[in-house]
Amino acid sequence: MSPADILALLPLILIGAGSVVVMFAIAFKRNHALAAGLTLVGLTFAFVSIYAVASMAPRQVMSVLLIDRYALFYMGLIIASGGAVAVLSYGYLQEHEGQHEELYLLLLLATLGCAVLVASSHFVTFLLGLEILSVSLYGMVAYLKDRKLALEAGIKYLILASASAAFLLFGTALIYAVAGTMEFSRLQEISLSRSESALLLAGIVLTITGIGFKLGVVPFHLWTPDVYEGAPAPVAGFVATTSKSAMVALLLRYFYLSGAIQYRAVFLVFAIIAIASMCAGNLLALQQTNVKRILAYSSIAHFGYVLVAFLAGATIAIEAVSFYLVAYTVTTLAAFGVVTVLSGADRDADDLEDYRGLFWRRPLMAGVFTAALLSLAGIPATMGFLGKFYVLAAGAAATAWLLIIVLVVTSVAGLFFYLRIVVALYSAPPEHAPIQMVSRGGVFILAVLTILLIWFGVYPAPLLNLVRATRADLTVASSLP
Amino acid sequence: MILIALIGILLAAGVLAWLSSRWSTELPRWISLIAAVLDLILAAGIWFGGGSSRSNMWFDEVNYNWIPGFGIHFHLAVDGLSLLMLLLTFFLGIMAVLASWTEIRERVGFFHFNLMWVLAGITGVFLALDLFLFYFAWELMLVPMYFLIVIWGHERRVYAAVKFFLFTQLSGLLMLIAILALYFIHHQATGVYTFAYSELLGTQLSPGTELWIMLGFFVAFAVKLPVVPLHTWLPDAHTEAPTAGSVILAGLLLKTGAYGLMRFVIPLFPHAAHEFTPVALVLAVIGIVYGAVMAFSQTDLKRLVAYTSVSHLGFVLLGIFSWNPLALQGAIMTMICHGLSTGGLFILVGGLQERIHTRDLDRMGGLWAVVPRLSGVALFFGLASLGLPGLGDFVGEFLVLLGAYRISVIITVVASLGVLASTFYALRMVQRAFQGPNTHGWQLSDLTPREGLMMALMIAGLLWLGFYPQPVLNTFSPVMDNLQRTAQVSTVARGDKR
Repeated sequence: MSPADILALLPLILIGAGSVVVMFAIAFKRNHALAAGLTLVGLTFAFVSIYAVASMAPRQVMSVLLIDRYALFYMGLIIASGGAVAVLSYGYLQEHEGQHEELYLLLLLATLGCAVLVASSHFVTFLLGLEILSVSLYGMVAYLKDRKLALEAGIKYLILASASAAFLLFGTALIYAVAGTMEFSRLQEISLSRSESALLLAGIVLTITGIGFKLGVVPFHLWTPDVYEGAPAPVAGFVATTSKSAMVALLLRYFYLSGAIQYRAVFLVFAIIAIASMCAGNLLALQQTNVKRILAYSSIAHFGYVLVAFLAGATIAIEAVSFYLVAYTVTTLAAFGVVTVLSGADRDADDLEDYRGLFWRRPLMAGVFTAALLSLAGIPATMGFLGKFYVLAAGAAATAWLLIIVLVVTSVAGLFFYLRIVVALYSAPPEHAPIQMVSRGGVFILAVLTILLIWFGVYPAPLLNLVRATRADLTVASSLP
Repeated sequence: MILIALIGILLAAGVLAWLSSRWSTELPRWISLIAAVLDLILAAGIWFGGGSSRSNMWFDEVNYNWIPGFGIHFHLAVDGLSLLMLLLTFFLGIMAVLASWTEIRERVGFFHFNLMWVLAGITGVFLALDLFLFYFAWELMLVPMYFLIVIWGHERRVYAAVKFFLFTQLSGLLMLIAILALYFIHHQATGVYTFAYSELLGTQLSPGTELWIMLGFFVAFAVKLPVVPLHTWLPDAHTEAPTAGSVILAGLLLKTGAYGLMRFVIPLFPHAAHEFTPVALVLAVIGIVYGAVMAFSQTDLKRLVAYTSVSHLGFVLLGIFSWNPLALQGAIMTMICHGLSTGGLFILVGGLQERIHTRDLDRMGGLWAVVPRLSGVALFFGLASLGLPGLGDFVGEFLVLLGAYRISVIITVVASLGVLASTFYALRMVQRAFQGPNTHGWQLSDLTPREGLMMALMIAGLLWLGFYPQPVLNTFSPVMDNLQRTAQVSTVARGDKR
């Protein structure tokens, strides 16, 4: 490992160092502000280091990590969203009794796991990143241990994540048994007999289980609503955005580099998953009255949309996925941010009733939530619209008409429950509305997210250029059309 | 630049109105009124000034790069068709502000914000010459409209607003898919990624593809227009919306559907549209007759007026798909006059509801003696709606029937039955509401000066269009010539195939 390799890993090292520093800080002196501050400093350094590393990309580090601009782009997204979650968590935890500092430790570790995933070009780093992420998330989901739902969610996540990791491991083992390599890009080169390729296919499909679980797509979605509902609101935001984005980044690299997407069966499996997710996500949300659960079902549907773009499988697909994930991350963090900021000490503001007439009590908060919901629904002048437009364009370019028709029809059903929340926001307020304290940091994050949401929704050219520049590395490596 | 100003003034006025509501509930009204008047003056300026000096078919045009990666431009342009629609937009915008003057008392600032932004969205729809921009504006105008209904609407407002939103959203997304298909097909043929209207115009499409893409567009416009099986959102939305919302829905949003047919469906897909003619004509007469019959059987006064829109817009569809100059002229006249006459009726119904707090015809009766001026004006708009000669609606419907007669006698005969039915519903409305004994003992105040002014302006407009429609037809004629050429091209091409 040369010094240049170490330099290339700087973002990862800085996040890791941040977690060590936070751990020591907690050991010496428990202080909420200090822990949160150190976390943000660590993440900021890591974010800045991305620019330093960008000049030397792409660089393969020891055949397990590939630091290219694609990976760095996603690292930027992950670190930024991790930072937003840290700020939101600070305001959120201030209202709770108990020890807050360890959440930041876990948050940094989870962010590190995500950052490893997006740079992974090898099954070893895939598993390593996934486990770092999962183990940290167990703790984060169940962090408010005096709440029953949080514990339930934590245990549920633990059991299901371990099971899916076991499938993933088994799949990896099968692939290794057949191919004799664990590098994504080398899978393409091997030539196989009929029986061997059947075994390889079985291995690939088993790995889809592990990926599908993290993405929360049908039929691996059962944990999503419960975990979203039970987890503290900012952690739910992290589960919904950062961990899923990282997994999608890995999904693209894995399937495009290895050429596995060209197997008919794999394509079919993903097409079925995509259609089922879009239908189930949008239809199951119709009956919900819990805002966090609605957002959970909505995220199931949204990853169905992402898979539509993924299946289009051309350069425009990578762009569409990347753009969509940025839009989704910004939007979903804004939505969970509102939930976080409005939540009190005893429970999260997750009931639809909590939002009744919010516009007449807190117009700005309701405005942010409206923007986020309209963006999730894909209404113009928001990032969500351009994301959906991009996905539809990718689908149309690949002439995947069935997929995009399903997307359109189900997303209209989805519109119905987003509008239900909007209707609640603007209806007459109840007589005795609770007055919540609002943290300043949370408001700042919400303001930034909303500006991004509308700015890139109206003038997306800078982001588009970035997305196009970063996808080049992946395109070259995987020789896509 | 003036085109950007048209939209910018409305957007800025919306924000200002909202902000100013902190200090006064009157300020937002005045700001919105001034903005709408200013826009009307600017548009009239284009009308009087631009006609003579223009070199191409566009009076005025702006074109900027917006999202270069996709070949998307911020391209606005105005020709005769869009100019007429803009004049109608701003005129009815003024009426909408005036109509809400006393009706809207709560959340005045936010109301006018939405009102201004929906007008801005409609203006964008009428001006956009980039298909992406068009879709952008098309969807964007829904959101403020949705808020207008859901916050200031009547009893079943949430149901109506959500239904309205879902219908238009689904059909709009189908149009988006059609736009994208056209975009990629054009790229395959030419190697250029562009959403520009002028460049997509000549795209070569195979007949099957052309039909599917055309249907994608047609569905979106048919929902707005509305064409009968897709109309069910309309009576609900029109009835539940506040008066200003109803005026804008009936007067303007429906016209965006007709505008879309003339601007996009026929020029972009002439052959498919021509093949589709029989279906469109049948749908049109179904709408005419169905709307009239339904209007006749309503007891909710506002719902009655809403159904007359279905009938009148059927004439527009009939005119567009009759493929001859007379019918097209009739269609544009009907679009404008329907905006005035139906807008007037909605304002009257709104005024009446403000006074007696009901829209139920059974609870009215004998109002003529109580409010003679209001009743007289209602009779006037009723007569306009049934197509009395001398008023604008007559010119429009007469021209449409004249044009339609050339392509199908049966269709024309059935459509004429619709005119006959309109006599029944219009007179029934006047009789039930205003004549007969005043059994409920209503004691009401007559038209206020503000209402009188609004009514006078709209009456003057209808009389002018009824007696001297030539300026409108002149403005429209270059556009009509283009449409006519497209129509001929498609018939020739069809002849070749045989």
